[in-house]
Amino acid sequence: MRARSQPGRSIAAHAILIAYTLIALFPVWVIVINSFKSRRAIFAQPLAIPTPETWDLVGYTTVLENGDFFGYFLNSLTVTVASLFFVLLFGAMAAFALSEYRFRGNMLVGLYLALGIMIPIRLGTVAILQMMVAAGLVNTLTALILVYTAQGLPLAVFILSEFMRNVSDDLKNAGRMDGLSEYAIFFRLVLPLVRPAMATVAVFTMIPIWNDLWFPLILAPSEDTKTITLGSQVFIGQFVTNWNAVLAALSLAIVPVLILYLIFSRQLIRGITAGAVK
Amino acid sequence: MTARRPIRWHIAVFLAPAVLVYTAIMIVPLIGTLNLSLYRATETGPQFVGLGNFRTLFGDALWSDAFWNALGNNVWFFIIHMLVQNPIGILLAALLSSPRLRLAAFYRTAIFVPTVLSFVIVGFVWKLILSPLWGIAPSMLGAVGLKGLFAPWLGQEGSALTALALVSVWQFVGIPMMLIYAALLSIPDEVMEAAEMDGITGWSRFWKVQLPLILPSIGIISILTFVGNFNAFDLIYVAQGALAGPDFATDILGTFLYRTFFGFQLQIGDPNMGAAIATAMFLIILAGVCVYLFGIQTRLRRYQF
Repeated sequence: MRARSQPGRSIAAHAILIAYTLIALFPVWVIVINSFKSRRAIFAQPLAIPTPETWDLVGYTTVLENGDFFGYFLNSLTVTVASLFFVLLFGAMAAFALSEYRFRGNMLVGLYLALGIMIPIRLGTVAILQMMVAAGLVNTLTALILVYTAQGLPLAVFILSEFMRNVSDDLKNAGRMDGLSEYAIFFRLVLPLVRPAMATVAVFTMIPIWNDLWFPLILAPSEDTKTITLGSQVFIGQFVTNWNAVLAALSLAIVPVLILYLIFSRQLIRGITAGAVK
Repeated sequence: MTARRPIRWHIAVFLAPAVLVYTAIMIVPLIGTLNLSLYRATETGPQFVGLGNFRTLFGDALWSDAFWNALGNNVWFFIIHMLVQNPIGILLAALLSSPRLRLAAFYRTAIFVPTVLSFVIVGFVWKLILSPLWGIAPSMLGAVGLKGLFAPWLGQEGSALTALALVSVWQFVGIPMMLIYAALLSIPDEVMEAAEMDGITGWSRFWKVQLPLILPSIGIISILTFVGNFNAFDLIYVAQGALAGPDFATDILGTFLYRTFFGFQLQIGDPNMGAAIATAMFLIILAGVCVYLFGIQTRLRRYQF
């Protein structure tokens, strides 16, 4: 039995949380509402919501005419989805090997892969660029997919092997009795069972890839391979005095991420708090 | 089961893709970068110079001033995160985890929103809001009668770095909040009830019961903050450009590495010196991780429930 919750304390808790929620959301709100207003209204009443008199989509038309945002978006989508696929597939396979089998060097391979959680891949950029130049992969999406796959693997292996340890041995042994190969056990029995963990890893892997500026800037800055993050950075740099265009570009960059986040937020939070229910 | 085990090829098949990609794209370039820092490009090709690049980095005033400036700024960047981001994260998590709090899911979702936005968005959004041209910040300060406090923070040498660090705090406060929240939820009800029986409630319950139990998580968020901060680049680059103005006041190791490697304005890029800086960053991060693993983590009591 918990003590009765004191109303005073609960009000204080709500006050602090509401205040911080406002701090978290206010900047995004200001950008989005102003992106729909005329230039004059942006400066005259920056905090007012757009009214019929101040409504103006000139920012959006400028953005759509001058930047290939649809192309950037497709690049980001390709890179993110492909990297995610490889991280999840390779990561789950390695996690299965590490959690299921006892073999010499198991510990060592695990530690070797875990190194990458702490040491950021960016520190190898100089040599990565030289390697990509030598392989002729500069300004290709392949270069980005390779880098992000390597970047995502350590954490994926770490989290997935924790989850795979909890898959019942009886089930796997029953599968072996029925003559399933080790591959079938992995793909048909274990993978479906760790799907929630895969979704968590997917969200964790996806956000930094989608938002990364460093590698697109260095490995794939050409017009054809720009990601949306780099594309909006360059666009805003060029149109820095055109407030309508800048605000519209920012809103266009925010909205897809926000929608994805709202769809996946339950998964993300469940993933982070998963340790809590163990 | 036969007595002599056959070679279990499937283990190799399962491990190979991850190990190969990880080794080829991450470990080899990392070693390559460390190696590159020991060479210098000459007309006849790369020449081994040992620690020569590091002698330049630390000995040549032109380089060492820039390096120490970047490192000092980076340390300040980290301190702000430790002093502001993590305490706020812990406070929010403690409030969120209080039992029977209504709307907890809404607060959690909303406060985490900035964390999923990219640095490009965050950098420009705050640049606009803090811009004296637009006047959102001064008019909001004006609304609470503090208009006089406004200054173009991002443009002033004294305040630009702190302002950017606070922007970064705004962006990432969701991460410590979530991790601590998860840790608080994992404390069994019996422990909390026992504390209540003993008459420990409210804040004293937080200080005396919950806080000691979540110390390992605080350790984890500290090292995550450390690695993230000493590897940061994007926010500064977006808000202040590669020159990390005004007058390098916001230069941190990431932007210093970028400028050195790729060049800027009249200076041409120098991969070898870039590699030397990356090596220095590697050693700093490694030192931090070691301090955490051997000095802090082993000393924190972990409680098994």
